[in-house]
Amino acid sequence: MGQLISLEIDGNKVQVPAGTLVVDAARKAGVDIPVFCYHPKMEPVGMCRMCLVEIGRPQMNRDTGELERNEDGSYVIQFGPKLETGCTEVVSEGMVVRGMTDEVSRARKDIIEFLLTSHPLDCPVCDKGGECSLQNLTMEFGSGDGRFLYDEKKHFSKHVPLGELIYLDRERCIQCGRCVRFQDEIVDDAVIGFEGRGRSLKIVTYSEPGFDSYYSGNTTDICPVGALTTSDFRFGARPWEMKAVASVCTHCPVGCNLTLNVRRENKSGGDFVVKRVLPRQNEAVNEIWICDKGRFAHHYASSEDRLTQPLVRVDGELTPASWDEALELVAKRFKEAGSDLLTLASGRISNEDLFNLRSLSDHLGGSTALYSEMAGGDLVAQVGVGQGSNFSNLGPETTIFVVASNLEEEAPLYWLRVKQAAERGAKLIVANPRHTKTERLASHVLRYPYGGEAALVLALTNSLSTKRIDLPNEFREIERSREIQAAAKDFAEADNAIILFGNEGTGLQTSRHLAQACANLLIITGHTGKANNGLIAVWQRANTQGAWDMGFRPAADLIETVRSKQALYIAAADPAGDDPNFVEAIKTTGFIVVQELFLTETAKLADVVLPAQAFIEREGTLTNGERRVQRFYTAVPERLQTRPDYSITAQISQLVGLELEDKHPFRVMEQIAAQIPDYSDVSYEKVSAVVEQWPIIGRSDLYYGGTTYENSQGLGYQLQPAAQKGQPVSLEAVQLEEFDSGGEAGLVAVPVTVLYDRGQMVIPADLLHQRIPEPYVVVHPESIAHLGLIDGAHVRLDISGIEVDVVAHLDETIPQDVLLVPRSMGIPIHGPTPVEIAVVEQAVT
Amino acid sequence: MSAVVGLARGLMTTLRSMFGKPITVQYPEQKLPVTRRFKGRHFLDRYENGLEKCIGCALCAAACPANAIFVEASENTDEERFSPGERYASTYEINMLRCIFCGYCEDACPTEAIVLGDNYELSFTDRKSAIYTKEMLIVPVPENGKPTPQEIEPGTFTRSIPVMQDPED
Repeated sequence: MGQLISLEIDGNKVQVPAGTLVVDAARKAGVDIPVFCYHPKMEPVGMCRMCLVEIGRPQMNRDTGELERNEDGSYVIQFGPKLETGCTEVVSEGMVVRGMTDEVSRARKDIIEFLLTSHPLDCPVCDKGGECSLQNLTMEFGSGDGRFLYDEKKHFSKHVPLGELIYLDRERCIQCGRCVRFQDEIVDDAVIGFEGRGRSLKIVTYSEPGFDSYYSGNTTDICPVGALTTSDFRFGARPWEMKAVASVCTHCPVGCNLTLNVRRENKSGGDFVVKRVLPRQNEAVNEIWICDKGRFAHHYASSEDRLTQPLVRVDGELTPASWDEALELVAKRFKEAGSDLLTLASGRISNEDLFNLRSLSDHLGGSTALYSEMAGGDLVAQVGVGQGSNFSNLGPETTIFVVASNLEEEAPLYWLRVKQAAERGAKLIVANPRHTKTERLASHVLRYPYGGEAALVLALTNSLSTKRIDLPNEFREIERSREIQAAAKDFAEADNAIILFGNEGTGLQTSRHLAQACANLLIITGHTGKANNGLIAVWQRANTQGAWDMGFRPAADLIETVRSKQALYIAAADPAGDDPNFVEAIKTTGFIVVQELFLTETAKLADVVLPAQAFIEREGTLTNGERRVQRFYTAVPERLQTRPDYSITAQISQLVGLELEDKHPFRVMEQIAAQIPDYSDVSYEKVSAVVEQWPIIGRSDLYYGGTTYENSQGLGYQLQPAAQKGQPVSLEAVQLEEFDSGGEAGLVAVPVTVLYDRGQMVIPADLLHQRIPEPYVVVHPESIAHLGLIDGAHVRLDISGIEVDVVAHLDETIPQDVLLVPRSMGIPIHGPTPVEIAVVEQAVT
Repeated sequence: MSAVVGLARGLMTTLRSMFGKPITVQYPEQKLPVTRRFKGRHFLDRYENGLEKCIGCALCAAACPANAIFVEASENTDEERFSPGERYASTYEINMLRCIFCGYCEDACPTEAIVLGDNYELSFTDRKSAIYTKEMLIVPVPENGKPTPQEIEPGTFTRSIPVMQDPED
């Protein structure tokens, strides 16, 4: 924190760290200096002049250089001749700030009057009305009437689309530039900007499609007026009419803290619905930001297509049944299957659900499998980032190594936090086969062929260790390159080092090797068992880490595993939808139970379908990539006959003679704490604890940082990895797959992740449809030169024995001889796979 | 003696009342006019062209001390226009069992859409029929107006809320 500075603000004495701005210090002292353009997360610009205050500093004797004192020993304070902007002034020792004098009030009144000269009287219909800085500050500091003529107000266009997600109302804009600065400074997507001068100044978008950024929704939160609003919440409700419920985002392993705004709605038949999703401040996870997927893709939870009652197959047809019937049938058949039961679950559901699933399976002697194409959760539990880790604290003493991850697509907020750490001086090593946005701030960019991620990490390790591991021929040169040596040196010499490994081009096997190689590198360099050191897996789902912790492991050959079983219990996974090859394997099992939100392809094959509850309807905890256990709360009443997953499993287990908790997840958590050593110190009390967050944003006054919510319902609890508990961690040899770098072998399809995919959790959000692409693949033009393809051509892929028609995009920046296949786009792919490509129809030029 | 005088005096009053003008009226056939500031059942007003004055801002609901009003807004389009502004009330309900007829909603309304009228005859046989919907509250379309939704020439209404002639009124 550095040196503390004492100052006095409106009679309140306060101590703040050196470098703090006057407005922030005032906030700490409990005094509000009003602001419009200032935002505590961004550099001050002093544009709006709302924060004008009188600032006095101790007077210095020019002869002696000492501060002059009054007779009573206090400093002689000299005030400046004019008012100063509190947002650009840094505190200094002995400073006296006056914000309540007549002069300051007059200044504030004038500024408000100027801002209101052409501000429309839209408050009754404005989406920001009720949580608007301009409204609040006008009520508090403005004058009751204006001297400008009402009829001479300038009128500008309203409801201008900046994209299909964000709308601009030009009249309402007070030109504070928060949105433009956010896009430039914070997320580095300079897709909007100012155009024009003076009155004609307007915000325009430079991108196609408009406002093409994954963080665009945040600009509506920080907009101090109703100039930027989302189309999702357009005229949705007045802010004061909605109930705020704390929640956690279920889309990616970052686990952003959310606030769900809930209201009863006539359009939805009088049901409670989630009207909008806003961030909830958690400086250790998402600060005050969320990505647009988290903000707009929540609609799946309230989709009309949700399953609402149990279905049982009678005469080949799935027919509605009662819970008792369905559960009794399931219990009977599971008991019969015994050790031939396979429980397959994904990390989309909560720790409590997974624990109960695991307990039931263990009781019956069955086996479990995790539906994931990434491995390494056990390694994260050993050498993951230590308790107390926080990206916000990382600076020049840190090296962050991002490998095999298109971070912004896989977990946008991780990208944002890594980027900010890099801007504070952390060294960033990025290893990826193709260019990604993460590289913009990288100190070292390492390239390797797809499939060679583990070998690349080994090459780094080799240059630090005396025990050399033999690498494939392709890596000889990479290993000796200066870039590798320099990166390895930066990594080894850093005080703190974090590795984030993702799923760019990896399958289960390669992911396993990669994770092991990363863990070894951390162990060799001693970057384990401490806060801000360790391994982070950028999982494909929100709670995959929790699933590993609850004992779920991916099966090496899932299709074979499924085929060898007689009963299947699938929760929150859709293998048949992702890969038609599963259909036949699933059908060969005697009895299939699917516990789901939707009637997925897998559910259509089931003998019993059990309708589960979505995260908005129930409570639970999720464990994020940094192993922070976070709690989400019930926002809306359950839908018809749905039940929470943990409860369904507990009810089945009660029928087979095992008592599991089905009433409340906090009691399941008590059992988890008792049975799973890593979670022994986790409780709902701990995950719901809060400490004051800095900067102070989101208090009920709203006008300081925007409409972000204050966190009052839990910052989560970060688990200690084994290394931090003092348990020994050992190196394990990394096996290298025979890898096929394409070439003579033909094209190799490799899976990549895109943020807006065609998955069940994104598609129900109609609003995002313009951003969700049709199924496509990306290929280097040279690799398919013989086909003479034009960008956008329709091609037929022959992949894993399945034929799929997709659009082919050409990209010269990606490596040759590979075909990038986005996951969850209806193309079956689990890892690097040989692929045949044929032209169906050329694109029209 | 005095008893007879007293009796006569008393009967005089009765006699006068017998031949005086009666105060009672034959309600419900006959009704008395209410005072100018009487606050009876609400109605939602229209402009002369038939468009609704209500813009669905829900300030009435916010002002209501009895929490009797529920408003849900939707967006106008030029093909289906209900009000001159950007938004209109797609749902407007007043629970007359809760309403205390204080008139705060009328005071809060920025477009003078909700007005408390003269009608004090509110009776219901069940709780559900105590909820007055928008269809029950809105006044009939004026003679020269068109019913809503109206199809309007694009560009006719470009303001968020209809321009008020004198905002200080």
